[in-house]
Amino acid sequence: MSATEDSALPEQRIYARWLAAGSRSSFALLVVVFIVYLTGVVPPLVPVAELPNYWGLSAGQYAIATGTPTGWRWLELAGRSDVMNLAGIACVALVTPVCFARLVPEFVRQRENMFAAIALMELWILVLAASGFAAG
Amino acid sequence: MRWSTILALMGFLMLAGAAAPQFALAATPPASSVISPFHWWAWPLALFLVTFLIGIVAVLAGVGGGVLFVPIVSGLFPFHLDFVRGAGLLLALAGAISAGPGLLMSGMASLRLAMPFALIGSVFSMVGALVSFAVPADVMQALLGITITLIVLLMWRAGRPESSGRGAGDRIAAALGLAGVYFDPAAGRDVDWRAQHTLAGFAAFAIIGLVGGMFGLGAGWANVPALHLLLGVPLKGAVATSNIVMSIVNTSAAWIYIERGAVLPMIVTPSVIGVMLGAKIGARLLHRLHAAALRRIVIVVLLLAGSRALLKGFGIWN
Repeated sequence: MSATEDSALPEQRIYARWLAAGSRSSFALLVVVFIVYLTGVVPPLVPVAELPNYWGLSAGQYAIATGTPTGWRWLELAGRSDVMNLAGIACVALVTPVCFARLVPEFVRQRENMFAAIALMELWILVLAASGFAAG
Repeated sequence: MRWSTILALMGFLMLAGAAAPQFALAATPPASSVISPFHWWAWPLALFLVTFLIGIVAVLAGVGGGVLFVPIVSGLFPFHLDFVRGAGLLLALAGAISAGPGLLMSGMASLRLAMPFALIGSVFSMVGALVSFAVPADVMQALLGITITLIVLLMWRAGRPESSGRGAGDRIAAALGLAGVYFDPAAGRDVDWRAQHTLAGFAAFAIIGLVGGMFGLGAGWANVPALHLLLGVPLKGAVATSNIVMSIVNTSAAWIYIERGAVLPMIVTPSVIGVMLGAKIGARLLHRLHAAALRRIVIVVLLLAGSRALLKGFGIWN
């Protein structure tokens, strides 16, 4: 077998294309919402000038002191610019699960049952982590 | 417009944003105020500059950004370790997913090789992240110091001459089809590989996932030695595949950090932008600098940062 012509397997090329699209769009969103945050066009939940009073606290203490919701409850305050930035960060973390969701049917189509099962298990782990059930 | 231009503009905006009047308004300080001689924006700006340097050095020394970021930033900046770990994990993830497509398309990275090990790593990374929030901050600092010291030893050892590069194969690797071939443009030839010691590889990636998830260190520092020295994958294939493993493993832990509120955009975004911009500069300098000498400097810096974390953990130097 020669690698010089086209060594990437079909599912690898699909995964790469989805990864490229996902990373570009999530980074674009990350940059846009951070510009919104920096320019102060949309008010934040925690004023930026007050951040130094809180960023030395643990994550749990920070949430209590600032009233920042944890888990998926941050969606309720997505209109605040700092919380809006969490959406950009969440999009970066969504890229891989979306790519795996695309990979499962591709492996099934190729009748690669072992890899279809591995992809499905990986997707389940990532969804479990994202769902908040694992974090309790 | 090129991404590097957009990122550079972001850096400029950060500088400009620092002077924006709406941020100069001092809000009523809460009771838990921490007295700081600096304006609030000095820290994110300094973070951007430090992570820019980390991005350059990480590429030149061949280590992940996360492993430099967490000990250095937790030692120098006033941020709680929870937020530093969260940012370290996310910048490693961002770097991995942006480099991934090219590595996969070239065939140098193998998705099929990455998947089984990433699955084990993801589970343990999630467990590591969950455990980390149950451990007191000073204990985490001390554990970080010990971990960084061990990583330095691993880097020192991994810097020695590489193994033959072609594994002998085993039954599990054969059943999973963990073998392949990629074209090495520098050597101008095909490089074939076959994984070996697969069971030991699963154990190694479980430990790497656990440590990476606990401390937000990314995992490039350990993935490459595990893939190359243990599994017998040639070095370039190991580096490329490590990146894909990292993008998957870090995702599961990243969600735990997001869920627990350990992600502060004012720390994460300047760090991601700084490291990515720095990495682009680092890639351009790669052929001009003596990487081996730089790697030794990185080892010394990590040793110092690890010692600082240890001293902080034991309450000797806060």
